[in-house]
Order: sequence, then structure tokens, then C-alpha cells
Amino acid sequence: MAQKKFGDAIHAALTHAMETDPSVYVMGIGVDDHRAVFGSTKGLVDRFGPERVFDTPIAEGAMTGIAIGSALAGMKPVHIHIRTDFLYLAMDQLCNMAAKWRSMFGGVMNVPIVVRAVIGKSWGQGAQHSQALQSLFMHVPGLKVAMPTTAADAQDLLIAGIQDPNPVLLFEHRLLFDLQSEVDESFPVLPFKRTVVRRKGSDLTIVANSYMVVEALKAAEFLSAHGIEAEIVDPVTLVPLDDAPILASVKKTGRLMIVDTGWTTCGVSAEIAAVAAEKAFSSLKAPVRRLGMQPVACPVSKPLEKLFYADGDAIARAAFAMVGKPFPAAEPPVAVHAFKGPF
Amino acid sequence: MPKLDKALARELYRLMLRIRLAEERVVALYPTDKIQSPIHLSIGQEAIVAGACKALGKADRAYGTYRGHGLFVAMGGGIDKMMAELYGKDTGCARGKGGSMHMVAPEIGLMGCSAIVASTIPVATGDALAAKMKREKRLTAVFFGDGGIDEGVFYESASFAALKKLPVIYVLENNGYAIHSKVRERHAKTELWRIGERLGLPGRRFDGNDVYEVHESFAKAAAEVKAGKGPILLEYATCRVYEHVGPRTDFKETYHEKNDEAKAKARDPLTVAQKALQKRGWAAPADFAAWRKAALAEIDDAVAFAEKSPFPGPERLLADNFA
Repeated sequence: MAQKKFGDAIHAALTHAMETDPSVYVMGIGVDDHRAVFGSTKGLVDRFGPERVFDTPIAEGAMTGIAIGSALAGMKPVHIHIRTDFLYLAMDQLCNMAAKWRSMFGGVMNVPIVVRAVIGKSWGQGAQHSQALQSLFMHVPGLKVAMPTTAADAQDLLIAGIQDPNPVLLFEHRLLFDLQSEVDESFPVLPFKRTVVRRKGSDLTIVANSYMVVEALKAAEFLSAHGIEAEIVDPVTLVPLDDAPILASVKKTGRLMIVDTGWTTCGVSAEIAAVAAEKAFSSLKAPVRRLGMQPVACPVSKPLEKLFYADGDAIARAAFAMVGKPFPAAEPPVAVHAFKGPF
Repeated sequence: MPKLDKALARELYRLMLRIRLAEERVVALYPTDKIQSPIHLSIGQEAIVAGACKALGKADRAYGTYRGHGLFVAMGGGIDKMMAELYGKDTGCARGKGGSMHMVAPEIGLMGCSAIVASTIPVATGDALAAKMKREKRLTAVFFGDGGIDEGVFYESASFAALKKLPVIYVLENNGYAIHSKVRERHAKTELWRIGERLGLPGRRFDGNDVYEVHESFAKAAAEVKAGKGPILLEYATCRVYEHVGPRTDFKETYHEKNDEAKAKARDPLTVAQKALQKRGWAAPADFAAWRKAALAEIDDAVAFAEKSPFPGPERLLADNFA
């Protein structure tokens, strides 16, 4: 075991996968340049050569199809997008082709592709460099979707995703790249289905994913200091979703808040609220509460951007309302993570 | 490059005839509603798939479109599996999951047919990329209509294939219409074989209704592509005889040119090939009759197979979503 940053864990997992399986290759805009997708592909081209690590034209549609075709012919591509927003350009190939290929041809072929997409936030990312589109892809059968939160998740999901015979989409939040956690350097292959309880608590369940776990943990500290114990549950894989830990928590606390990195409408929060309504309805003591991005394009102006995102403060305020207590006269929790610069 | 000889010339004719008669049987069966799937017929366009696929090697691969019956049979797929697929039966080539628009037979190199225009163009390009990365001596052919060059992925794929010198042949079946729109109504430049030139994709144009011209031109291109010269676009001019989708002809509709029907009839690929065979003295009238009889018997058996095959069981519904 070792302490690693999220971005370094991705780098280590890619290196390990490429070392152990010659069919693994990495492509995407900028994967072989000096920025190396926040360092996550740094030096791979020197180590594995330009045939297995290559920059692509800015052509997400065709390049996704090319990844699919190479996978049908025995390769295992890892296709990297420095922003999730660019996946709209790849929707046809991801949703009409990768997601369908196995099913529509009667199960005779698989499409083992991994797509890494980075969600932007901070420093004026604006409307088209900030989107978190996980729920769009959850909607389409045939795609596996996950959001790593810790460095260990990042490594494990990439290792498992590359070995998975199905199309796998990994949504990585930009603000997580420098956060550290303990990782297993033996690169174990863990099942691609996991929900992790990040914090134990008895008063309410907060289901949060990706960077929202960081905000929720910050809120939970504040809540705990004021007598409310929140249990924080992180559905790391969204498809397939391991709902058992979520339901067990809701049955214990009776209150469910869901905080997603994306919009609420038809989003992760809507899906998990529906799962709770279907399977744990009688345990709910209060209406389910959902937090996410405001239903509008992300603004650049700082005061508006702050209002646009859910944060620790909003989570804490919603938690107090759910348990029926007044918000205390104290300094609310603040988000501490941000990056500065063009990427 | 295989030289056209008597045996191959006869074989090409028979292959086209089998495709033609199989699709005519589909038309005849359609009113029974046993085929509960849209059908996009390749009647009148058989020469392209027959001529091209017979020039492919065993390791070569093909991708196609929703107009895929002909390609499936030309690649060596059994008409029985095709019919069963159209019937939605478990014995079909996609176990009843795909239907008419999604013919497939990876075991013989037909990797798939898609119902989204141009969508297999990048996939085939990626298949060729894998061949290059794995040092496999094979090529990938992708068949698409003139509507396929309307989509952005065609240009993105062509440019990438040229950049990486990939072993892929882009086979443009120009039947004159994308649904009901002519090429000149959709593009300022109508010399489609030249459309990739500035991207580094050379192109050539041939008569797509002459199976022997298709075979010779495709075989020549295949040899070049396999020698590492990079991708090529082959445009084959043909005629769409049936409506875009469905079991009828619609020459009377206003979108058609006045002489389309006469042109299609005069240039029917079976007629063209029959004349060529007779001119060379490579087939007698009795041969044509015998081939027809054999093909009809094969199709009778295929339909009987489809009729008696079981539908997929309920356990098959969710079975193929994930591996």
C-alpha cells in the first residue's frame, strides 16, 4: 500500500495495464503532449511508443468509432477526453454503436473500450467545459458508467474497466486529481460494482459521488460539530449500481439526501431517489432531498458560479432542514479545492 | 489478384442470382407479415457486393449498412440464417435480435451492419487500425451508400486512415438517392470518388452494375491496400430499383428522374453479366435455368428453416446486454 494522488494512480494503472497486456493502447487529444492530461499519461509515449500512445485529430465521433472497431478486432483502447463536454460529439458511436453492438448482434461480439472523461470545475470553465454527463450514459443500456472518488477508486476502476469486455465510461472530476489516498500497488482486479460508505452516521444518509463526496465530508464535519451524524454513501459505479449499501443506510437513518456533480433532472439523484422510493419507501421519515447543478448552463462570473454548484454549505443547510433543526449561528463549511489555469 | 476465369465468372453470376432471388422471396413473403422488420432491398445493386466480396481473402473483413442482405450472402452467409433473422427467430444470424438491418457473421468476416448512416465507417477504420497494430496482413472493406458521405464521420475517418495509411477500402455504392434526395441536391461537388482527395484518400469510379468490372477493380485496389499504400475510396455507380425502404418500386414518385426505371432495367447487373457470359461462351441457356432452379430450392429450404425455427425464449431478452 502507498499514498498516491488520484492523477498518479491513473498513471500507475495505465502503465500497469499497458505493461501486462500488449493489446491495451491509449489515445486522445493531448495524451502524448507535455501536459499529458494532468500528468495522467505522462511519459507513456516514451515508454510504450507512438503506436500505442497517440494524439488524435479533434474528431471525437470518428475516433470513438475507431476505438470501437479496434476493440472488435482484439485491441483494448483507452480513449481519453480532457473534458466530458466533448462526449456529445461521440454520442452516436457510444450510444448507437458501442452500447448496442453486443446486444443487437445476439451476443456474439464484445466492445471492450474504456473512455476516460474529465469533468471541469473552477477558474471559469463556463458552459462547455464544466458538464457532468454521467446520467446521459446511465440511461442507455449496454454502457458501464463509474465515477472514481479516491485514488484507489481511480486505479481499481481503470484496471477493472480495461479488463471488462464491455464498454466502460469513467468520469473523473478535475478537482480530485491532486487528492491523495492509499492504493494497493499490487493492482488487484476488483469487481466493477461497488458502493462505498465513506462515513458512518445515524441521522441521515447523504448519497454523494465524485467530488461531491469531498463537499459532503466537509459538511458532515460541520454537522457532527452541531449534533447531526450524516452517513455518506458513494455509488462509485453507477452502472451497474450496487444499491444494497444505499438501501441499508436509508433503512437505518430514514432520511435521504442525494448530491450529484450533475443536474438533478433525470440525473443520478433522480435515479437513486427512485430506487429508494421503490425499495425503501416505508423507511423514509422525510421527503427525499436532491442537490446538484442549477438547471442552467454553468456561468463564468464567480458569484453566479458559486450559486450554480451545490457545495458543503448547501449540503449542511439542507441537512438541518431535513432533520428539522435551525441552522446554527456558526461559520458554514467552505469548499477548499480549486485549480487555476487553462486546464 | 485473382484473374477472371470461366469458373469465377460463373460463380459471380450465381452469387448475384442467389441474392436477387432471395430478396424477391422476401418481397413475396412481405404481405404475410411474417417478416416484421423494415427491409432495405439491394435488388439491382448485387454486382457491387458480389464482385467486391469475392475479391476478399479469408482474413479480410467487411462492415455494411441496413441495406445488408446482399452483403451478408456475398460474404458467404447462409440464406437460411438470413431468412431466420428476418423472421426474428433464434436461429437467425443475430439470434433474432438484429433483424433485416443488422446482418452479421463475424465467423466469416462480416463484422456488422448498422442502421445509422455512415456509422460503420469509423468502426471499420478502427478495425483496420487494429490490423496494422497487430501486423495482420488483411484489409477491411466498408460498404455505404452515397448518403454516407454526407456525414462528418466519413471525412474524419478518411483523414485518419490516410494519416495512418490504414488497410481499409471505402466502398461507396452510389445508387443516386439518399432516401429521396439526389446527390446534387445535397452537395455542390458531385464527383464523389474525388471527395476525399484533399484528405489523402484517393478515389476511383466504376460501373457498379458490371460484376466483372467491380471484381477486377476491387481486386486491384485490395492488392494495393494490402501492400501498405493506404486507404482508397471506390465509387460504384448503380441504381436503386426498390423504394428506400419497403417491398415496392416507386419510380412513379416525383423524386425520381424520368429515365430511372428504363436505366435500371437496361443496366440490370444480372442481364449485364448474362450477356458477358454468353458472349464469351462461358454459359449456356441450360446453365442459367439450372442455376435458377438450384437457387430457388435453396431459398425454399431457407424459408422452411425460418418458418420452423423457434422464436428466442424470454430468457434471451436481457441475456446479451453485458458480457
